[in-house]
Amino acid sequence: MAFTLLVNGTEQHAEVDPEKPLLYVLRDDLGLTGTKYGCGEGQCGACTVLVDGSPERSCLLPVSSATGKKITTIEGLSRGDRLHPVQQAFLDVEAFQCAYCTPGMIISAAALLARTPNPSEEQIISHMEGNVCRCGAYGRIVEAVRHAAATHRSPKNA
Amino acid sequence: MRDSAYRTNALVDQLHEPEFKDVELKQHDSISRLPHAFNFDRRGFFKVLGGGLLVCLAARHVIAQESGSTVHHDHELPKTLDSWLHIGENGEVTAFTGKVEVGQNVRTSLAQQVAEELRVPLSSVRLIMGDTELTPYDMGTFGSRTTPQMGMQLRKVSASARAVLIAMAAERWSADAASLTAENGKIRDAKANRAITYAELVHGQKLSKVIEDDPKLTPAADWKIAGTSPPKTNGRDFVTGAHEYTTDIKLPGMLHGKIVRPTAFHAKLTTCDTSQAEKIPGVSVVHDGDFIGVSAADVMTADRAAQAIRAQWDAPPQISDRELFEQLRKPASDKDDDTERYVLGSVEQSRAQAQKSLRQTYTVAYIAHTPLEPRAAVAEWKDGKLTVWTGTQRPFAVAEELAQTFHLTPESVRVIVPDTGSAYGGKHTGEAAVEAARLAKAAGKPVKLVWSREEEFTWAYFRPAGVIDVSSGARADGSLVFWEFDNYNSGPAAMRTPYEVANQRITFHPSDAPLRQGSYRSLAAAANHFARESHMDELAHELRMDPLEFRLKNLKNDRLRAVFQAAAEKFGWGKQKNSIGTGFGIGGGFEKGGYIATCAEVSVERGAIKVTRVVQAFDCGAVVNPEGLKNQISGAIMQGLGGALFEAIRFENGRIVNPHLAEYRVPRFSDLPRIDVVLVDRKGQRSMGAGETPLTGIAPAVANAIF
Repeated sequence: MAFTLLVNGTEQHAEVDPEKPLLYVLRDDLGLTGTKYGCGEGQCGACTVLVDGSPERSCLLPVSSATGKKITTIEGLSRGDRLHPVQQAFLDVEAFQCAYCTPGMIISAAALLARTPNPSEEQIISHMEGNVCRCGAYGRIVEAVRHAAATHRSPKNA
Repeated sequence: MRDSAYRTNALVDQLHEPEFKDVELKQHDSISRLPHAFNFDRRGFFKVLGGGLLVCLAARHVIAQESGSTVHHDHELPKTLDSWLHIGENGEVTAFTGKVEVGQNVRTSLAQQVAEELRVPLSSVRLIMGDTELTPYDMGTFGSRTTPQMGMQLRKVSASARAVLIAMAAERWSADAASLTAENGKIRDAKANRAITYAELVHGQKLSKVIEDDPKLTPAADWKIAGTSPPKTNGRDFVTGAHEYTTDIKLPGMLHGKIVRPTAFHAKLTTCDTSQAEKIPGVSVVHDGDFIGVSAADVMTADRAAQAIRAQWDAPPQISDRELFEQLRKPASDKDDDTERYVLGSVEQSRAQAQKSLRQTYTVAYIAHTPLEPRAAVAEWKDGKLTVWTGTQRPFAVAEELAQTFHLTPESVRVIVPDTGSAYGGKHTGEAAVEAARLAKAAGKPVKLVWSREEEFTWAYFRPAGVIDVSSGARADGSLVFWEFDNYNSGPAAMRTPYEVANQRITFHPSDAPLRQGSYRSLAAAANHFARESHMDELAHELRMDPLEFRLKNLKNDRLRAVFQAAAEKFGWGKQKNSIGTGFGIGGGFEKGGYIATCAEVSVERGAIKVTRVVQAFDCGAVVNPEGLKNQISGAIMQGLGGALFEAIRFENGRIVNPHLAEYRVPRFSDLPRIDVVLVDRKGQRSMGAGETPLTGIAPAVANAIF
């Protein structure tokens, strides 16, 4: 079937099985490989994308359920050369090791900050609980999210 | 008595110049070294890299009869090079290493060492890693060898290249080389007040130099680029999603593969009907012996085709995890005795001297590496040559595996390892590479194969389970009298005790392992530290001594004492306020040149254990990248928490019972304690690796806190 998807502000077309998970449509049909496969069970968060601003596990979301919605992937987060504050904070804090989980982490954190600009540590941990970093960089990730929240609030970065 | 066979202090000294004993390789089939697969000649190099200067460091043992440096005018390069480095006409430096980046940050830390010795800005250094066609042979990225071995090798070739550049400038200026210095990508002649950039020096050249002498290296105390914490060299690519992992590679016409797996371990295929799968348009089916796989233009079709295959398997009955530890205690059926034993004094004759003695058993479960990027490969056959991109820690071994499997010459196989989504010792083998290559050969098109999480949890190998018996005795003053340590199956790494004990018998007993097992970050050091350090606490308790005081009483090694004291001080050991439901524990040791001590604060509420605070002190000699090291240490603590508290593979009759992340719990954000890392930076000591040993302190510290 033919689907029209609104990905990172652009209309994209894919001729695929309606049951095909959005993850594979993004990766294989649209060439957006920043979103990762980690478990296929919604347990690790590596495939997290924003669907109408909400973090969703794209490995479990059939493409047919994503039509007509605004999809944002890691590739759509920066504005040209300017990184999203969460991306910049991850880079500054070096909140990663192998970094395979990083796109999912950044998307999840961006969703959190969009709704809760000044999250407490408990809120960060509870929101991010579904994202696995097997390298164990959790401490730095929490630090990066706090850092991003702070720069986000700071007027000079507005 | 073999009392000269093992002395604790001798062992500690040996750690400064560790002899690599292939412990990690032993856990797999032993793999012999490939004949040099360097099929790239000098002309080839300059074709790929452009003109400039190519400096190669010869493997010294092979060409010991020659000396000095040789300019090679012919197109052939010696087949016995340890390392090479290219300085381009634009001043860009390319260094080559067979090591791979799997999250240890070595792409950055090795580049720092090149920049340091070559006296160039870090931004001008690029590393080509883990490519069997372009990089020198390397056994693999494991054993915490990258920093001590590859770091040293790249420092040497870089320092040699600096000397070549100085010599070139001296010749150009007819100046005395001794009066010239290298600085920030330039050779400077302070007397004549002139300077020339490396780019200018090598411009228009196609010069290759082979160096046979060991150059003088820059001492860590004088480091300006090494020893600092620059940002990860390609960090931006990881936060934008631009980095291409193996799983992200797409080649023209590429298909997606799927393997039909047996229903249980050791199963034999009895019947196989592929006819329904073959009817699906665009599907290529392979049925070759017990191997069944498909490939198709998209993952959905490949999955559907795999499901359409009717295969029946016959599997023998196999034991379950309930019988695991009983099984491991049985002697291995293989008569090739791999038992390792260290004996000092006599345990039997000294037992009577002990006023307190203790016997305990410790067990560790099978655990899974669970790298977030599963095993994956992209294989392409072109003009009789096979190229495979795959996330492996051992590209040269995987190339050999491919050459053997497909009866190819070593020159016809190329393995390239993109920076990979972690490994932790779990990606030594080339299963996905072989499978993808088999499918690609049948389909006549490139094939990408990505293992599912369930395949990862089932068909990869595991950290060995183990049973460890410890029997010990001490005098009333707390001095150890005897120490008997029997490790079944878990492994011999870091099995010996760093404490002073006159009478010891330490034995590793191999077993018939029920599951496929192999190396895991720190090998058995985590299990052996857990058993030894737990036992030390229990014995301290018997002696009514403080666990730290008891350890220090029996410990002579200064570096190990120093990390214990550093961790204890930062933690406030001895000043803790005891309260119901909160405990404090300590543990430590040394392995692979790293000295570690860990303190943990643990709370128990309604049976739930939460580690609330960890302090870990670590000494691995001169620190190359402090922030990178702290990141590794904190990560290792988190990973170690999983094995300490809840990770365990469950199995029954040849099947894994919990092959999903919903059932196999890994550490998550809510498990994060407050972590303080104390780096003991010893500029005068050789830089050692830190990927593994930082994982070994947390399990005993946590166990001792709740004991």
